[in-house]
Amino acid sequence: MNGGSELIFEQSVPGRCGVTFPPCETERPLEQLIPAGMLRRQPPHLPEVVEFDVVRHYTRLSQRNFSVDTHFYPLGSCTMKYNPKLNERIAAWSRFALLHPTQPASQTQGLLRMLYELEQLLCGITGMAAFTLQPAAGAQGELTGLKIIRAHHRAKRQNRPVILIPDSAHGTNPASAALSGFRVVEIRSGPDGMIDLGELKRHLSNEVAALMLTNPNTLGLFERNIAAITRLCHEYGALVYLDGANMNALLSIVKPADMGVDLLQLNLHKTFSTPHGGGGPGAGPVGVTAALADFLPVPRVRKTGERFRWDARGRRSIGRVHAFYGNVGVLVRAYVYIRTLGREGLERTSRAAIINANYLKAKFSTLVPIPFDDHCLHEFVASLKPLKASGVTAWDVAKRLLDYGYYAPTVYFPLVVEEGVMVEPTETESKATLDAFADAMARIVDEAREHPEWLKLAPQRLAIHRVDEVKAAREPNLRWRPDAKSAVANEASSLQTG
Amino acid sequence: MQTPQELRYTKTHEWAKVTPHEIAVGITAHAQEELRDVVYVELPPVGKVLKQGEPAAVVESVKAAFDIYAPVSGTVTRANADVTKSPQLVNTDCYGAGWFFAVQPSQPAEVEGLLTAEAYAKLIAAAAH
Repeated sequence: MNGGSELIFEQSVPGRCGVTFPPCETERPLEQLIPAGMLRRQPPHLPEVVEFDVVRHYTRLSQRNFSVDTHFYPLGSCTMKYNPKLNERIAAWSRFALLHPTQPASQTQGLLRMLYELEQLLCGITGMAAFTLQPAAGAQGELTGLKIIRAHHRAKRQNRPVILIPDSAHGTNPASAALSGFRVVEIRSGPDGMIDLGELKRHLSNEVAALMLTNPNTLGLFERNIAAITRLCHEYGALVYLDGANMNALLSIVKPADMGVDLLQLNLHKTFSTPHGGGGPGAGPVGVTAALADFLPVPRVRKTGERFRWDARGRRSIGRVHAFYGNVGVLVRAYVYIRTLGREGLERTSRAAIINANYLKAKFSTLVPIPFDDHCLHEFVASLKPLKASGVTAWDVAKRLLDYGYYAPTVYFPLVVEEGVMVEPTETESKATLDAFADAMARIVDEAREHPEWLKLAPQRLAIHRVDEVKAAREPNLRWRPDAKSAVANEASSLQTG
Repeated sequence: MQTPQELRYTKTHEWAKVTPHEIAVGITAHAQEELRDVVYVELPPVGKVLKQGEPAAVVESVKAAFDIYAPVSGTVTRANADVTKSPQLVNTDCYGAGWFFAVQPSQPAEVEGLLTAEAYAKLIAAAAH
């Protein structure tokens, strides 16, 4: 026993078995029922363990994780708010959970109504005219939005190959635009961390399809000139796409449509409390103005009288972007969250998120510089550049925070801040938690000066210490194979030749 | 910090080595130090036409991913396959075995606008304060 860092395969003992398999009861031998090429000649390499080996193994692994259920999780840009258990309870109702996606609409009226109403609620929150709930993540929402942008310009018989993206945008924005075949042109922020109108104007032309911006931006700052920015873009016939990942700062306070935004995606797993769950499933619904509604993916949910139905027509639609209608279980959770809080509850959510971030920023500003020290919204970015003098990096501080029982903030993003640490406390946390977190940060800043080696070796108090991230990236060993030693060698050689 | 005299530099931390037939491109010692351990390099294919100041290659470290900009306009004549196979060359020998690609310049005069070693050294010294 090594405390559980063995793989489940390595715990295998020949002959050990967790279940008793029933005898094969087919009328004819299997060889006559299944084509020879599809029959195994040898049993699969499964770990031979008993049930409690499996339970203990995975329970131990789960206990090593940081999660919003166990720890404060100030991971900037990710909005790691608490996911209320009511969402889970209702999503698990058999009336939602046991529906099949190909069941006829006559049998799924309740679900269709929920989807329809969620679209309406998101329209109300953003001021947009129509939504699709299909995209499965923020970045897929971006891709959907970019396809709509392209379809819009094509319908006007215009060739606009350029997308403008400020350097304070989310990292996925340039990637999505490049993947969609657009040429990305970066707009440099002004000294205040905001879009510089002169710089924007210099890049606008009839080649520009859209400006993709994040507001509040990744420095947690609200683009004060947003009305002028969108007006300027529209003068050049360019659309404005809002990355709505930071919507947690704006609920019931500002509607993106009022800023002049033409289309946006929302991240339900950020703002609307659905789980981030190990990288998925997420949901990135896309909302558009009335002028763009015809380009939305099909099918759409329509309401006629009191009945709801699927509508797969849409001559101008960009087509389907997800099987069926997206990650419906996630959509149920977001619906429950919005209906539970209501308009006022959503506003209090955003206001509390903003107050928490500003409170923590004020505490941090006594310890380290805050390069763009304006009133922030839901998050802020501090610079740990002064610690470099003792050889300590943002990376080391992030690792040390784990020792203190906190998930680490986002580091080295956005790139406009040197040794940046991006903190987003969300509305979930109490003042006591924020105070304790700031105290831990103060102790770590002291340690960085007096005992930098403590930070270099961190984390020390966790089961797994500093992992070799460079080796993991350069020589990834991602798969267990029956003969692990030769497998590692094979993996390495296939990487060399591949 | 090493800044070889014979090279020209950009504000975005690329170096350019000018020879009669082509210009070789890489990233500076300062850039690789800021990036720390490089784990991935993506180079432009031979024959690709580059425009000065536009993204030409991608370099990724455990810290982040960055675009590498073309210091001059031109057509890619060679790409360093060794550096895509062993990205650590960027850290161990950024001015030598860790070079990225070479171009045949289409606007040779652009070289005149690049920074000298002295100017680049001043630039990074200023950024450190």
